[in-house]
Amino acid sequence: MKYRSVFDIIGPIMIGPSSSHTAGAARIGLMSRNVFGRQPKKAEITFLGSFAQTYKGHGTDIAIIGGILGLNTYDERMVEAHQLAKELGVEIKMSVSDDEPNHPNTAIITLSDEQGETTVEGISIGGGKIVITSINGFTSRISGEVPTILVKHQDRSGVVASITEVFAERDLNIAYLELARKSKGGQALMIIETDYPMDKALCKQIESLPFIEKVVRLETI
Amino acid sequence: MVFRTIAELVERCVAENKKISEVMIETEIYQSGRNREEVWKLMDDNLTIMEQAVKRGIVEEERSRSGLTGGDAVLLQRYLKEKEPLSGRILLDAVSKSVATNEVNAKMGTICATPTAGSAGIVPGTLFAVAPKLQATREQMIRYLFTSGAIGLVIANNAFISGAAGGCQAEVGSATAMAAASMVEMAGGSPQQSAEALSIAMKNLLGLVCDPVAGLVEAPCVKRNAMGAALAMTAADMALAGIKSIIPADEVIETMYQIGCSMPSSLRETALGGLAATPTGKEHERRIFGSLKD
Repeated sequence: MKYRSVFDIIGPIMIGPSSSHTAGAARIGLMSRNVFGRQPKKAEITFLGSFAQTYKGHGTDIAIIGGILGLNTYDERMVEAHQLAKELGVEIKMSVSDDEPNHPNTAIITLSDEQGETTVEGISIGGGKIVITSINGFTSRISGEVPTILVKHQDRSGVVASITEVFAERDLNIAYLELARKSKGGQALMIIETDYPMDKALCKQIESLPFIEKVVRLETI
Repeated sequence: MVFRTIAELVERCVAENKKISEVMIETEIYQSGRNREEVWKLMDDNLTIMEQAVKRGIVEEERSRSGLTGGDAVLLQRYLKEKEPLSGRILLDAVSKSVATNEVNAKMGTICATPTAGSAGIVPGTLFAVAPKLQATREQMIRYLFTSGAIGLVIANNAFISGAAGGCQAEVGSATAMAAASMVEMAGGSPQQSAEALSIAMKNLLGLVCDPVAGLVEAPCVKRNAMGAALAMTAADMALAGIKSIIPADEVIETMYQIGCSMPSSLRETALGGLAATPTGKEHERRIFGSLKD
């Protein structure tokens, strides 16, 4: 079943005018911030498909920027997102692309500062629901609705087992696990979703395992 | 435990002697792992947001950024004060409160999607017009939203709820069906009567295309929310009078799905057809995006 909760139907509380073009956009922005892990210095946003056609009229730009700055779909400061970005010293660059996206409501966001850069592709699938379809070139399908961690690691044998062992020790059930890699033996990204939130200690423990580069815990939206 | 069709939902209500709202609450508790208080509080918060949007929309004349909409709810409220309407006072109050909510939505105000932002007027509009007439308690008002949600869940899982997916029949059509069924429960009708109201409401919006001018959630969206509210009230009254739908609710929903699937993409929120493609619609598009893009 596509929709499970009554609050998928009555909700979300949001800033208008469009659940797919505003609320969904805000959530894509918020998820890109969560993946980046901190306030960026610079945000480059590219709109594709229907987003590219109508983003100004719908305020999709405002919503995505609001999300990038950490505002949720219902935050009334959203309307002043451009101004807020200026005040916070976050440089915003926006562009549209004529490329035909896989989904009509697609945005590609690159967030950066002195320490690094993250590129996220997100789609808004209706009713405020979203999917993060790519992180730094790794394919994903993150909804942001359930507790999720991202594990950046080297593609080596035994890595998956060492991680799942940590979950087993703590009696935590993995609801979904996805592993994407760019090349054999190269960099890989593991996405793990659970039914219950994962704490910082668990992330630290995974981070200390061999071949693990970084663990990012995503806040649910 | 989870109901998939309207027939299953009604059957469960009858077997357990419960209202649709109660079955929805119990299902949500089971599905989400939240307790009753948490689920209730979330819906209570949604109701508060709806109330604030209605209150803002019926007094505020400010127009949206595009200039296409705004101020019509105020005109209706004024008309209700100064004149005796041709239809009914409560019906027009529902219409004005639906318009109010959707106008607030169009100007980037805070609303609660029911089931979407584009159709956010109908459920609260009817609720805040009918509740005083029925002297409904806050509890009954919250239950109205659970009943709406139950109907919407079945529609969303068996058809669609967004204009981009299935045309405006999916968006305003779903909201209208949800409101009609909820009004019946609030007025003391049976779960089966709620299903009849849902069917009558949805049947009358079958085939409705999604053709927003300039691609914005404003025109004809605001006025379609108005008509959805009026239609929902008529459907609820018909069901409460004992009128049955010749075609059962689940088959009406399936029909909506089939029609949506065969609808050309030009009539599904692309602003390429329908009212959006009229000379005036195109003119608005040029004016809005000409100026907004600068």
